[in-house]
Amino acid sequence: MAWDRNQMAARAAQELEDGMYVNLGIGIPTLVANYVGDKDITLQSENGMLGMGPFPFEGEEDPDLINAGKQTITELSRTSYFDSATSFGMIRGGKIAAAILGAMEVAENGDLANWMIPGKLVKGMGGAMDLVAGVGRVIVVMDHTNKHGASKVLKECTLPLTGKGVVDLIITNLGVLEVVEDGLKIVELADGVSEEELRGATEAAIV
Amino acid sequence: MKKIYPDAASALDGLLHDGMQIAAGGFGLCGIPELLIDAIVESGVKDLTIASNNCGVDGFGLGKLLDTHQISKMMSSYVGENDEFMRQYLSGELEIEFNPQGTLAERMRAGGAGIPGFYTKTGVGTVIAEGKEHKDFDGETYIMEEGIFADLSIVKAWKADETGNAVFRKTARNFNPPAAMCGKVCVMEVEEIVPKGSLDPDLIHLPGIYVHRLIQGEHEKRIEQRTVRQKEGA
Repeated sequence: MAWDRNQMAARAAQELEDGMYVNLGIGIPTLVANYVGDKDITLQSENGMLGMGPFPFEGEEDPDLINAGKQTITELSRTSYFDSATSFGMIRGGKIAAAILGAMEVAENGDLANWMIPGKLVKGMGGAMDLVAGVGRVIVVMDHTNKHGASKVLKECTLPLTGKGVVDLIITNLGVLEVVEDGLKIVELADGVSEEELRGATEAAIV
Repeated sequence: MKKIYPDAASALDGLLHDGMQIAAGGFGLCGIPELLIDAIVESGVKDLTIASNNCGVDGFGLGKLLDTHQISKMMSSYVGENDEFMRQYLSGELEIEFNPQGTLAERMRAGGAGIPGFYTKTGVGTVIAEGKEHKDFDGETYIMEEGIFADLSIVKAWKADETGNAVFRKTARNFNPPAAMCGKVCVMEVEEIVPKGSLDPDLIHLPGIYVHRLIQGEHEKRIEQRTVRQKEGA
């Protein structure tokens, strides 16, 4: 037993507080929007929008209205639009409270790798490096191990970094880990997961 | 000071030369200067360096300039979803300089604002920082990034008046204002040119000072990822 994608997203949503401006990455992070409940959260899309709404109904798609994943979306009554320089000004300037994003690897010192695998096709980092360097809190949501069963929570990242010492919290299918002084601290275990199991699947130092 | 041209080809007349640097607006296929890209394809100008967040998709947007081998270098943050791009990149025909998205936008804005370099935290400790000047401010390390000063800007807005005062629509604004600012000459295409005085001066997104030549035309506005939700009870 462990958390599925939706349970991980729901757990990540618990980290958000009323009034926050938040940027959600592609994949599981996108699902977090479904679990914010009554909290007043404003979603930023780094291509130039605050107050991102849900996908449009069929026939109401607008080619001038997309999110950072290039998907058609909608606006809300609170929405504002701006250019890319302004958008990353608010990201770099620390105005966005949190970013929730996926990862290939996270290290015990908060290093994050999620943009390239040497030898494979490189598509680019998009806005990920700007986000992790600039926002108030970086929350990673990912599977604890890769498809070969190897830990993605490492002593040191092996892949090229997206940011150095940038991750604050790691939410995986096995539980929640906080990046602290000398390593990672267990905050919570996923349903039916023992501390032994979590430790066994983690290469990083748990303090 | 007549800025309006009949079509994209005439608006680009005398501005194109081999080996030049062009800054292009747009994010994905949203807000891209479709008409100007087509005219650049027609012109046959080559060995281009293009600063643009993306490089279109196969056969559309800047992807058309890949098909004709007119681009030698891209300065971008993300170039996925483009097979021809990857083929040319892997065969060594095409060079790519990856820029973090916000760094690319700020490099354009800075160039347009007369700022040759600036410091940012973005990319510190990553491959992006290699070979760049590092400097500490208040105990934190930053890297220097350079402003982009392009030979030409090609951008797309929703509406502009005869003097080039422009407004954009929704997320189609994206890189268009910073791209417009950083070129020695900026050519803008719009869906509608309106008379002076018909746009509210308080609601202009890009002042006409940045726009040298202007055309109006029909846009395909292709959608890259059509995503919808079902109506309740449907």
